[in-house]
Amino acid sequence: MTVEVDTKNLIIHIAEIMINELKLEDVTPETFDPEIDLVDEVGIDSMDLATVALVIQDEYGIRIDEDDYPKLITIRLIADYVEKRLKK
Amino acid sequence: MKTVSSLLDEEWYERYKSISKLNIRSSIYDVTNRCNLRCKGCFFFSSGEDKVAKEEMDLRKWENFIDNEKKRGVNLAILVGGEPTICLDRVEAFYKRLPTFCATNGIIKVPRDRFPDMMVGISLWGDEEDEKLLRGKDTFSISSKNYYGDPHAYYLYTITPKQIGKTERIITKIRDVGVKVHMQLLSNDEGVENFFWTKEEFRDIRAEMDEMLDRYPDTVISSKYYHEIITTGKMLDRTFGWRECPSVTEPIDRREPRPKSLIGFIRWASDLKTMHRCCTSETRDCSTCKDGAAHMSWVMVNKRAHMRSENDLHNWIEVYEMFAKLYQFIPW
Ligand code: SF4
Repeated sequence: MTVEVDTKNLIIHIAEIMINELKLEDVTPETFDPEIDLVDEVGIDSMDLATVALVIQDEYGIRIDEDDYPKLITIRLIADYVEKRLKK
Repeated sequence: MKTVSSLLDEEWYERYKSISKLNIRSSIYDVTNRCNLRCKGCFFFSSGEDKVAKEEMDLRKWENFIDNEKKRGVNLAILVGGEPTICLDRVEAFYKRLPTFCATNGIIKVPRDRFPDMMVGISLWGDEEDEKLLRGKDTFSISSKNYYGDPHAYYLYTITPKQIGKTERIITKIRDVGVKVHMQLLSNDEGVENFFWTKEEFRDIRAEMDEMLDRYPDTVISSKYYHEIITTGKMLDRTFGWRECPSVTEPIDRREPRPKSLIGFIRWASDLKTMHRCCTSETRDCSTCKDGAAHMSWVMVNKRAHMRSENDLHNWIEVYEMFAKLYQFIPW
């Protein structure tokens, strides 16, 4: 089954998950730069990423391999990953 | 949004970036239940952890187990015991497969032809007098010969309250044998008389640890923030203890809410099946726990909490660097 997703909405939704789960301040889903390095700039660590990945997995019904976490360093890269998984 | 680079100058930001993606995933392994010493205050024996599991003797089973640990994502094996060097084949099974750190009392030398760059942490419990009282012998006289000038070894100096005012002698004697040192505090699990800490003693030893770091920066691997955390049990207005501890074995951690913890952390007993509660004694009272690794990890897993200010983030970076050096993820 192929699921069509709107990339812009997907990015905003991932930003929303991140803000809610990690209690990030001074940022909204709309102002969250999808290109910002989550580790080197936002200060997210692997446990944060695991928390976010769990919610994304549940919401989109996909699997995010733990081995792939190190690659998911921007919201855009996470969105691309989710899109690819949904199309599989 | 507050970003890391907006809090740091260029130099600190470079330091941050050299550790930010290390993703250290450690677990701890009791290599054996046996030891060639019997120290008063050693949590392994005082809490009966040497008896909770029957040691696995089949080397092939150890090898398969380590392969599975690697698959589980572990990238740092911390070997403890008992005394791991009693079972060098098991140590070698880890070393061939994973970045490995071996804790030892230093009596048996890790042969460097078999383990050229394995990091070795040699325990030391104070001066000759304390060592004889607590461990039955002055281990330094033996371990310092075994590890003279060894670049892949350091002393894990457990400071007791009796050491206040005397640490400099220890630090310089370690420096003189060409080895580094990391300081931690005795938790006195066996309740040895006169080895309990008072508030004033914590204050004094913190000042002394700071002074040693300032005076011997090439020998002492430490950070002042770590000294503060371990002596006060406080970090960013939070108190260390069971509800905050990051070094609890993950599969048996039933805490709600679950604090930020080390991902996939397990302390395995030597039967390769039994899991211990945490990185240290099963029976230790968390409110008086002074485990150094647990305190360091407490800081490390709480990075974003340290993004309050430039100074807080500097503190976080220094503690992370200290850990990364002690386990050879970055050079001294
Ligand atoms: S004894 Fe120390 S390391 Fe173990 S759970 Fe309690 S606080 Fe953590």
